[in-house]
Parts: sequence; C-alpha cells; structure tokens
Amino acid sequence: MDLNFTAEERAFREDVRQFVRANLPDALAKKVLGGKRLGKEEVLTWHRILFRKGWVGYTWPREFGGTGWTAVQRHIFEEECAAAGTPPLLPFGLVMVGPVIMEFGNSAQKERFLPHILSGEDWWCQGYSEPGSGSDLASLQMRAERRGDHYVVNGVKTWNTLGQHANWIFCLVRTNTQVRQQAGISFLLIDMKSPGIRVRPIRLLDGEYDVNEVWLENVEVPLENLVGEEDKGWTYAKYLLGHERTGIAAVGRSKRELRRLKRIAQEQRAGGRPLIEDARFRDRIAQVEIELMALDITCLRVLAAESENRTPGPEASVLKIRGSEIQQSLSELMMLAVGQNALPYVPEALTDGWHGDAFLDGLDGQDAPFLDRAPLAGAYFSDRKCTIYGGSNEIQRNIISQMILGL
Amino acid sequence: MDFRFSDEQTQLKELLDRFLTKEYSFETRRQIVQEASGFSRTMWRKFAELGLLGVGLPEAHGGFGGGAVDALVVMEAFGRALVVEPYAGAVLLCGGLLRDVGSDAQKAQWLPALTGGAFLFAFAHYEPGGRYELNRVATRAERQGAGYVLSGRKSLVQHGGSADYLIVSARTAGERDDPEGLSLFVVAAGAPGVSRRDYVTQDEQRAAEVVLDGVAVAEILRVGPEGQAFPAIERAVDFAIAASCAEAVGCMSALNAATVDYAKTRKQFGVPIGKFQALQHRMADMFIHTEQARSMAYLAAVKAHAEDAAERRRAVSAAKALVGQSARYVGQQAVQLHGGMGVTDELAVSHYFKRLTAINLTFGDAEHHLARFSDQLLVEEKSRG
Repeated sequence: MDLNFTAEERAFREDVRQFVRANLPDALAKKVLGGKRLGKEEVLTWHRILFRKGWVGYTWPREFGGTGWTAVQRHIFEEECAAAGTPPLLPFGLVMVGPVIMEFGNSAQKERFLPHILSGEDWWCQGYSEPGSGSDLASLQMRAERRGDHYVVNGVKTWNTLGQHANWIFCLVRTNTQVRQQAGISFLLIDMKSPGIRVRPIRLLDGEYDVNEVWLENVEVPLENLVGEEDKGWTYAKYLLGHERTGIAAVGRSKRELRRLKRIAQEQRAGGRPLIEDARFRDRIAQVEIELMALDITCLRVLAAESENRTPGPEASVLKIRGSEIQQSLSELMMLAVGQNALPYVPEALTDGWHGDAFLDGLDGQDAPFLDRAPLAGAYFSDRKCTIYGGSNEIQRNIISQMILGL
Repeated sequence: MDFRFSDEQTQLKELLDRFLTKEYSFETRRQIVQEASGFSRTMWRKFAELGLLGVGLPEAHGGFGGGAVDALVVMEAFGRALVVEPYAGAVLLCGGLLRDVGSDAQKAQWLPALTGGAFLFAFAHYEPGGRYELNRVATRAERQGAGYVLSGRKSLVQHGGSADYLIVSARTAGERDDPEGLSLFVVAAGAPGVSRRDYVTQDEQRAAEVVLDGVAVAEILRVGPEGQAFPAIERAVDFAIAASCAEAVGCMSALNAATVDYAKTRKQFGVPIGKFQALQHRMADMFIHTEQARSMAYLAAVKAHAEDAAERRRAVSAAKALVGQSARYVGQQAVQLHGGMGVTDELAVSHYFKRLTAINLTFGDAEHHLARFSDQLLVEEKSRG
C-alpha cells in the first residue's frame, strides 16, 4: 500500500501547475477564489485557453482530440485547476453529451459535434428533467413523433443549467408509448435556434438565474440528430450517468474552499481574537477537514481501481453523497464565520464594476471588505442544490441499498 | 499510489480469514471469554505458530517483519472475528516499544519470547484521575544504587492481570503533566511490590489496576534513554491507534453484513424489513460510514510510519476521530435495525457494538482526537500567518 503519487505523476502535476500559473488570468482566478459570479465569456475564456493547449478534452481519448490521460492524471489536473481557482469547465458537452456521441453516435455526428465541443463553439445544455419527472426520470413525457425526415417534438424540460447561453440541447424524449417506460425513450440532439423553442429563466433562492425551463412546441428535429437507435435512449442516459465518477466528489474544489474557510476564520474576529482561536468554531472546521481527508482517500481508492482496470468497488457511490455534503458544510461554515455580517443582500457586489461601498465596508468595523463576505450567504443557499442534482442523495442511497447491499 | 496489499499481506489475510473462520466462531469466543484469564492460551500459542505475534517486529528477533499495514490486515481480521486475545497490547504496543527504543541486548532477550508466545507483555501507562492525556504520569522511578525504585498506580492496563511482564512508564524527572522526564521499565509482574486487580471490561476483554509499591528495578531493565520516553510512547500509541482503527473497520464490516442479512430475512407486515426505504437508507449510511472509516484506517496505517511526528499525529487523530464517529453510528444502528434481538446478549450484534464502543474509549475518543487535530490545525494556520 502506497498513498504517494509516482515520480511521473508528480512531474505531471508540476507541468499542470506551471501551465495554469502561467495562463490563468489573475482577474479570473481572483473572482473564482472570492466566490464571485462568472459570465459566459469568462467561462469560455478558460475553456479556450485549455483548448489551445490541447487539454480541454482532458477526459477524452486521443482519437477524438482528447488528451488520453489516465484516471490519475485527470484527477491531478482537476486538483490543480481547482486549487488555482480556474473557472469550471462545463460538463454538458465535455462530460455528458460528448462521451455519448463518441460511444453511440454515427461518424457524421462525431465529425459534426465533437470538434465544436472542444473548441467551445457549441455550448451544450441538458434536457433531462421535466416538471413531472425528476428522480423518476424514466416517466418523462416530452414527445417526439416521426414525420417524414424529421421528428416533431413537444414538451417541457426543466432544471436546464445555463441553457440561456446554449446553442444545442441534448434531450431524452419519448418515441414509443406502447412499451414499458424505459424502452420508449430516445436521445435527440436539438438546435436551440429551432423555431418553437422558448427558454424561461427560473429565479433561484439566491436570486440568480442559473437554470431554466425549456419549452418545445412542434419543434422539428432532423432524423439525423437521433443518437444511436430509436427507443434505446435510456441505455445511453445511464451510460452518461455512470460516466462521471471521481469528478463528482469535487475533492479539489472542497480543498480550495476549506483553505478559504480557514482564511475567513483567521480574518474574522470574535471577542477581539481571531475566530479560528475559538475552539468551538475551529472544531467544526476540523470536523469537515477530517471528512474531506476520508473522501480524498476514498476518491483515490476509486482512481486506483480504475487505473488497474478494475471496476471501482462500492466505494464509488460514496463520492457523490459525501462530496456534496462536504461542499454544503463548507459553504455553511463560511457564512457562519462572518455571522450577521452575511445578511446584507447586495447582488451588484458580485458583478463586475462594483468598487465597494463605504458604509458596507465599514459596517463591521473590520478589515475584510464587504466584497469578501457578499457571496457567502448566497453560496450557502445555492449549495443546497448539491444534494439534489445529479441524482438526489436519496436516490444515491437507493442505489447503494439495491446495487451494493442487495436489498 | 496503490491500495493493494503486497503478496505477503494477501497471504497473511487469507491465512487469517481461513484460520478464524474455522477456529474462532462466535460460540468459541463465548467459551474463551469464560476462561480465567479472559482469553485462550491455546489460541495464543496458535497465533504464535502462525507467526502473528511477530507482525511488525524485526525478523532478526523472531519477528515477521512488516509494519502498520501488516498490522492493519491482522487487526481488521481480528475485528471481524471479535478476537479477545491481547494482541494489540502485547505485540503492537509492547513489542513496538522494545523494537523502537530497546537496546540490542533487550531485543534479543525479550522479543523472541514475546513473538514465540512464551511471555505475555502488557503496557502499564495510564493512571487514575486522568483521561486520555499520555503525558499525565505521577508514578515515580527514584534512583537507588544501581537501579530504580518504582512507586505509583497504573489503571486500565489491558490484560495486565495475565501479563508476565509489564512495560511501565514512570517519572524519573519533572512534574505530573510534563512530557519530559518519563522513562520506561520492564517489570516482572510477580516482582515484590507489584499488586494487581484484574477485572472484565464492558467488551468482555480484561484489564487490571496495578499498584507499584517500592518496586526495585535494575538499570538494565530501563528501556530507552532516561527521561526521554514520551516521543516513543506517543509513537507506539499512535501505531496502536492506527491498528485499532482497522479493528473497528473489521467490526463494522461484520455488523453491516449481519444487519443486511437480518433485514433480508426478518419479515414484518408480510415483507422482509429490508424492503422499507427508511431502513434501506440507514443501511446505506452504515455502508458509507464504513467505507470512509476504511479509507482513514488506510491513511493512519501508512502515516503511522511518518518521520514527521506532526504529520503522523494529524493523520492518526483524524482517523481515530472519524472512525469513532462511524463506529458509533454503525454500532447503534445495527442494534436498532435488529430490533429487540439487537439488545440481547444472544446475537453477536450487541458484542460488536460493545467492542466498537470500547475501541472509541481507548487511546482517546472521537472528541479527544478531534480536539487534538483541531489544536494542530490552529498551530499550522498560525505558522502560515
């Protein structure tokens, strides 16, 4: 047993670190590390930097323009990016629809779509959940009917993340109502500019607009946009869900947020002393750190299994549950660290061009400017989503009890 | 990065699993704990024949070699089978102390007897009136002629009543709570001035209160340099903690398997109770706790050998804290899910639960180690500035 990375892996980490340090714009890193809002262009800026380096397809095989990295290399890359505060790479093209097209798409689809996912020319979004189909995804109602050389699609998709920026959406649609639910679903690629598509933003509890409802009314989709076979979409969807393993634990991101939490706890003062000297509060930080240490090792166990070409053991299912819970604990503690000073709701403070406010900056009579605490409560509210998306944690527990415990 | 056991460790694991399945059933254990010493001398000899008593100890002195990961393999198997023999105290703690600070002559004298099962050693360190602080030692060793005279009281000496020899910590200098000034001595359990009160602990193991009243000890029986034993004690205890985390993981795995089995067979309202989602999620959480605990047991085993004491302490305390919390959850829920049967003495479940509780209460509970980790966190943050 050896928990150390190999010399080659350490050298690889150093290469990644050097590259990120040299190429990540300071202003971007500052925003990410400070928990500020990122716009479409900022996300794309980092995407394009990685594209030019040939690293944006870091989870992809070489034949499709990816890096062909090992599971461990991918993990190291994610850790380094997270630590430096790079904007996130959106998963919808790179991690979700891309691998499905690679595995089940035809050669025309591969040629048409994969290069544009890498270059960032196409911004993909996901059309899975519906107002009546969340955890019970297979009950989805969006209907696609064949008419000559195209499908006519009708229905509503929801919890569509950042679809307001997207030019393509991949949808699970019902093509057959005569068979059991799972056997009548197809996987369609739909141009967001098609007539009949309407995007309705949903305002979330933190006041932000990250998700949408997408309404499709008699939208015509060419037959050539069907991935794989008709009525086999459920298989592809499950493949997609199983494709993401260790990334979902967000260990690198949580390590970064833990450092941020400690920094905030150093800066905040309680009873005239740095908050971190208060054992009651510090013990809560220690508790999360210990849980994160365990998750980190669990994540490495899964990676080790993958690199030995073993199917990851049951420990893989732990990642989403504990990873999301830890993320939530961290954002909650950051909010609690600043106490009542987390309460002012000043959304413009999170956008570019806000240069502070003399009153707000002086509100708590302390050194940390308002800008540092402005995002904390919103992040706490927003992070409640972590245990809901990607298969709610309750669904994850169902999976453990059925697939692992055999109950 | 590699989580596989070496070929030798895999062989050790298979050997243990075979042996314990065959020779250490729950019914056998029930008889063993009734014996006067609370464990089986016959079993102990078999352990010696299998080479188990030499795991982690140098081959030059009859040991099996290896380190904390080998100990992890043994202790996880022992946890699964609820083994009561004094392996951790005798081999890991006492053997480890002799290995780390004993002179060559002392190693040659004691280790073959220890690994061969001829003599049983117990570590007499904790004292009444304290909790988990390792530096709290009031027992004194006064210089007298060519040796020392030891006086004081030791508490909760694991299997102290059966031990042939005690490794006793005593103060050759300093005040009660000073880390400095501690020394270690090998004391024959039958030496004049040693009296012992043996008792059963909640988990059906044994411990003893030991009173040392003017016990004369020759200088050659001091293990390690005078007054500088604290780092060695801390290291040996950290090593034992790492191993106890593995034992807890063994107990938790066994409890999870027993609970899932029970949920599949026990019927209420016409269906196996394992069909109820409220119970399924509880078992899923028991599983998650166990896997996270397993990860920490691995980390603790690997870091138990870290050169840097701060790095070792950090990993070991993190592991003991998380394992303590996991063990509490898994133990309590296993009892709960077994319903009335869970609170009987008849099933193994309650015995695992009690053992897990005892592991948490030994060498520092989850709160203690969370605090130790947390205090070190503060030191790190302050040095970062």
